[in-house]
Amino acid sequence: MDLLFDIPVLGFVLQFIAYLIDAITTTNLAPQTLQLATPIALGALCGVMNERSGIVNIGIEGMMLTAAFVGFMVAMVVHEAIPTEPAAIFGFTPALIIGILAAIGAGMLVSALHAWLCISVRADQIISGTVINIIALGLTGYLNRLIKPAGSAGTLDPFRPPAELVDLPIVGWIFRMFLAVGPITMSVIVLVIVMQVLLFRSRWGLRTRAVGEHPRAADTVGIDVIRLRYRNVILGGIFAGLAGAWLTLEFNQSFQNGMSANRGFIALAAVIFGRWTPIGAFGGALLFMFSEALGIAIRSNPPPGDLGVFLSGIQASFPSLYNNTFGALPYLLTIIVLAGVVGRSVAPAAVGKPYVKEGAT
Amino acid sequence: MTNMRRIWALSVIPIVSIILALLVGSLLIIASSLATGDSLNLLLPFVAYESLLEGATGLSLIDLNAADVPSLALSVDVERAARAVTNTLAAAAPLVLTGLAVGVGFKAGLFNIGGTGQVLVGGFTAALMGAAVAEQPVPVAVTLALVAGALGGAFYGFIPGALKAFTGAHEVVSTIMLNSLAAFIIVGLVNDVFKITGPTFARTADVGNAALPILFGRNGSLGILVVLAIIPITYFLLFRTTLGFEIRTVGANPSAARYAGMSPRWLIILTMSLCGLFAGLAGAIEILTLGYYPAVFGTSIGFAGITVALLGRAHPIGILLAGLMLGGMRAGAPSMQITANIPIEIIDVLQGLILLFLAAEIVIRRLLRIRADRITPSELGTVARTYGEGTV
Repeated sequence: MDLLFDIPVLGFVLQFIAYLIDAITTTNLAPQTLQLATPIALGALCGVMNERSGIVNIGIEGMMLTAAFVGFMVAMVVHEAIPTEPAAIFGFTPALIIGILAAIGAGMLVSALHAWLCISVRADQIISGTVINIIALGLTGYLNRLIKPAGSAGTLDPFRPPAELVDLPIVGWIFRMFLAVGPITMSVIVLVIVMQVLLFRSRWGLRTRAVGEHPRAADTVGIDVIRLRYRNVILGGIFAGLAGAWLTLEFNQSFQNGMSANRGFIALAAVIFGRWTPIGAFGGALLFMFSEALGIAIRSNPPPGDLGVFLSGIQASFPSLYNNTFGALPYLLTIIVLAGVVGRSVAPAAVGKPYVKEGAT
Repeated sequence: MTNMRRIWALSVIPIVSIILALLVGSLLIIASSLATGDSLNLLLPFVAYESLLEGATGLSLIDLNAADVPSLALSVDVERAARAVTNTLAAAAPLVLTGLAVGVGFKAGLFNIGGTGQVLVGGFTAALMGAAVAEQPVPVAVTLALVAGALGGAFYGFIPGALKAFTGAHEVVSTIMLNSLAAFIIVGLVNDVFKITGPTFARTADVGNAALPILFGRNGSLGILVVLAIIPITYFLLFRTTLGFEIRTVGANPSAARYAGMSPRWLIILTMSLCGLFAGLAGAIEILTLGYYPAVFGTSIGFAGITVALLGRAHPIGILLAGLMLGGMRAGAPSMQITANIPIEIIDVLQGLILLFLAAEIVIRRLLRIRADRITPSELGTVARTYGEGTV
């Protein structure tokens, strides 16, 4: 083995692969990837719901941020009113559950604004999304500075699967990835599968896709285009809301201005990467955020051998650049993947085009 | 007469939007008085907006010195007004440029939300060039630093342009990713490579002679003149040259442009680079005013450019006026924060509200029963239509 690792260049690659296998099977790399991919995947589900119905939604970022703020504030207030010991499973408290529901409600409310602007007002859909992003950033930032929240309702805990399961050789990491995570993260897998099935195997899914591809034809066969679009855009807000709840109730326990950090836009890239399917978008989310999780893993637990020496050499000479390059990885990877796949990925035909019923003005 | 009517048709929706935004903002300010004061203060919006206006223009509407009850009285302190107007101009100059960075993109059917990243890169390259030519004579140093900033920004606009032209990656996503990328990498570069020893915080070397000369007042810098020169140049480019015609054609209808023998690819790359150039210049003006590039350089002028461009209807003159308006708000915000104890972020909320009412312009038009031009540039439809369409 060491002989292989000594080959120039190729040795480095082999060392890296060995490190990857080791990191996935023995460390927290896999659950961390799923965790970080959660808001991206949820945002992408929101995007799929919207774009499959023919509505561009670049306001997912703002929806997430609003939901994160509302969820956090509501949970904090409830927690102060009725402090409760967290439950044994997931550390659930009434405050956290009400916070999640509030976040979902906020996501739906902002989505309703987007739906109204895009569908009824027939405003430009890109502008509508931009308006939502700018108002969300401004309003949450303003209120956060005004209220200066001091407390917190704490966070949801990851599930603790039995040790025999996660310590299994070879497959233990899979259980760790999907079980040793928080409830919102865990729900993503279920939501993705449910949405995939609904979108491609149900009456609702067929109608939604029809409305996104050819609203005129859908209208002719009696589908209420306007109503279906409204419903789908507002329901899509549930996912954006849940992503917001993840930000302040599961992953962090505080709210910072602009904390969604462009995750809503990475989600859009995941939608394109996944060719407007829930499972594909989920794959995109995992791919993009694997780079971030890997960056965290490499920094906390550098690879052994020449590769590690090489990396720690860079880290010693350029500590800040080293850290920031890892921080930038998911964004860089998103650009590269977007440039690589998008040409072959075709959006629903009616995306971005407001629908006007024939004869109506 | 027809000219006046034309101006009215163009400006009525933006003006109504601004008024509505201020009204909704005043409700928010009243609600905020619960958090900062003891009771609901119904007069707080007046106090807030008055100090905003005073900070932006020097015009004072309330006489605070007279007796116990403040009374309405218009007064102007000339010295104060000069200072306030200079502050407004200084704040407006970079906003007009980032507004152009978005607005010119609109003309070509492109939505450049990468202003933030282009400002960072432009500011950074201007700071590096400025430090390198710090000892040169002022005219040479300033010119070189400004050009470096503009080129840095242009390069950073070229990237998403080329990505869109050759791979079909939509600029809405790619420019946002480039914003984050620039923020991360530049912090690293300043901390590890370009940091100078001495200051308590990480920053690049002083730009010395490349600092923008102050022409009037405390902060009326050369940047203001640069922007005033760029407005007519941009107008000429867009409306009086073949290139401008091609840019507008590709924005109105990419397929028609292609059939007419124009090259949408080339035009997209060129326009995005031009947008980046404007934003980069805005960053250069910010940094050459500051005198160095700090590792932590948070700037919101990139995003504010979107509001400026939409409020200004993507037209150079409109963008100039909108930039002055938002620049005034920024210049007046600190005095509002002091007088009315309202977080400075209210400016961002007002900007968002203005945009919201602009987006809902049809509703405004119906409610007020007014005839007015559609404010959203028609080329914007191209942005939404081409979303996810792939290569051009």
